Amino acid sequence: MSLQTPPLGGVHDEYGAKFTDFGGWEMPVEFDSIQTEHHAVRDDVGKFDVSHMGEVVVSGPDATRLMQRLTSNDVTALDVGDSQYAAITATDGTIIDDTVIYRLPDDGEMEYLFVPNAGNDEAMVERWETHREQWGLEATVENRTQEYAMVALQGPNARALAREAATDGRDRLADLSRFEATYVEINGVDCWTARTGYTGEDGLEFVVPWESAETVWSALECQPCGLGARDTLRLEAGYVLAGQDFDRESNPRTPYECGIGFTVKLDTEFVGRDALEAQKEEGVEEKLVGFRLVDRGIARHGYDITTSEGEVIGTVTSGTMSPTLEQAIGLGYVPTRYADSGTVVRVDVRGRDKKAKIETLPFVETV
Amino acid sequence: MSFDTPDDRRYLESHEWALETDGVVRVGISDFAQDELGDVVFVELPDVGDDVSAGDAFGVVESIKAVSDLYAPVSGTVSAVNEDLFDAPELVNEDPLGDGWMLEIEATDESDELLSADEYADQIA
Repeated sequence: MSLQTPPLGGVHDEYGAKFTDFGGWEMPVEFDSIQTEHHAVRDDVGKFDVSHMGEVVVSGPDATRLMQRLTSNDVTALDVGDSQYAAITATDGTIIDDTVIYRLPDDGEMEYLFVPNAGNDEAMVERWETHREQWGLEATVENRTQEYAMVALQGPNARALAREAATDGRDRLADLSRFEATYVEINGVDCWTARTGYTGEDGLEFVVPWESAETVWSALECQPCGLGARDTLRLEAGYVLAGQDFDRESNPRTPYECGIGFTVKLDTEFVGRDALEAQKEEGVEEKLVGFRLVDRGIARHGYDITTSEGEVIGTVTSGTMSPTLEQAIGLGYVPTRYADSGTVVRVDVRGRDKKAKIETLPFVETV
Repeated sequence: MSFDTPDDRRYLESHEWALETDGVVRVGISDFAQDELGDVVFVELPDVGDDVSAGDAFGVVESIKAVSDLYAPVSGTVSAVNEDLFDAPELVNEDPLGDGWMLEIEATDESDELLSADEYADQIA
């Protein structure tokens, strides 16, 4: 499979970025150093090219019904310019993908934009179309992934910088609450601008016409950040990563197991609802926890979590050295009896037992 | 980008360098290797007195994004370990060919696969 190149690929290459394959896209993983980029976002502001994220637009008379039945949250709670985090679940309640859904301005008929993870856009469009036919609904489902770039501007000074770069819509930008979105013109380019992000910091995400990506990117003058820093930032914030902290094939998990039960609205009707209601009543057997290594070492994806006696009780799904805490942190699944904060477990780091302590998420204070 | 490959030492294809002084071989990783790894945050090394074998893994270097085995360019007994790296692993990035050294080995034998600086420079070009 050939890799897709984001519209800013040439700009990043010129900067001297290092690239990695992520979900079928050749994306910048590091521009300067992960720690430099990480601290820029925690202390000031940084920009990310996240054009690997999918963009799917759903419109028409039954758009609301279709969205409601395929996502776990309640889309009827969205006014124009609102957004919500949701899970896309299978009949058995396990997560196929997680997404943010935006309600777009419309001319009377509902219109939604949702953002699947990298490489999932085609599968999600097919899922939406299949269910639309099956349920006889009237809605248009358009894959716009190749039409839009996405730029995230994150950090305590992100909104101030966006305000400087804005050529129209500064008032709308100033009024934007968390999880709200509106159109703002950045350097002459109309961008769908949301006060959302994946770093735990305040910030914005811009959906930008593909051909104008560079115009917007260059106007946001600050530290460019790669997927490496995006991963350390999201992990400190306790945000799960699709394909890593849950995976449809290798590690199927429900929203309750992976700590995003708040996205499940059981009073709505959606695929997976009944299984999730049953799991909520019975309680989960395993859940995702955060942990911090007490011993020196770094836990990585796939390492075993054990008891002090060496019995394997779970698996690490994400792990890194936290640049903010300067300690090794991670996420993993353990039986609920080991999930309380303060519980001491071990992580098998290449054959050596390292002591770790379960910790309440997030690891760092988030907005 | 060009990387330092001083010709006072030899290199392994796996990016370790070996600098010999009076039978003692100091070992570290190359400038290219530290750049590829990015921010080094953890180094796991053997103890003084341990034996290492040329071509075998003797330790691990971890950056935020990757875990890499370290391979011994020579066989022998570890006579010194750079303990500064335990508290300041970033020395590997800052000065890979100097203060970021990892081990000293009293060498009894060496790998057949040691490269000259020129050969190594060609490999990473």
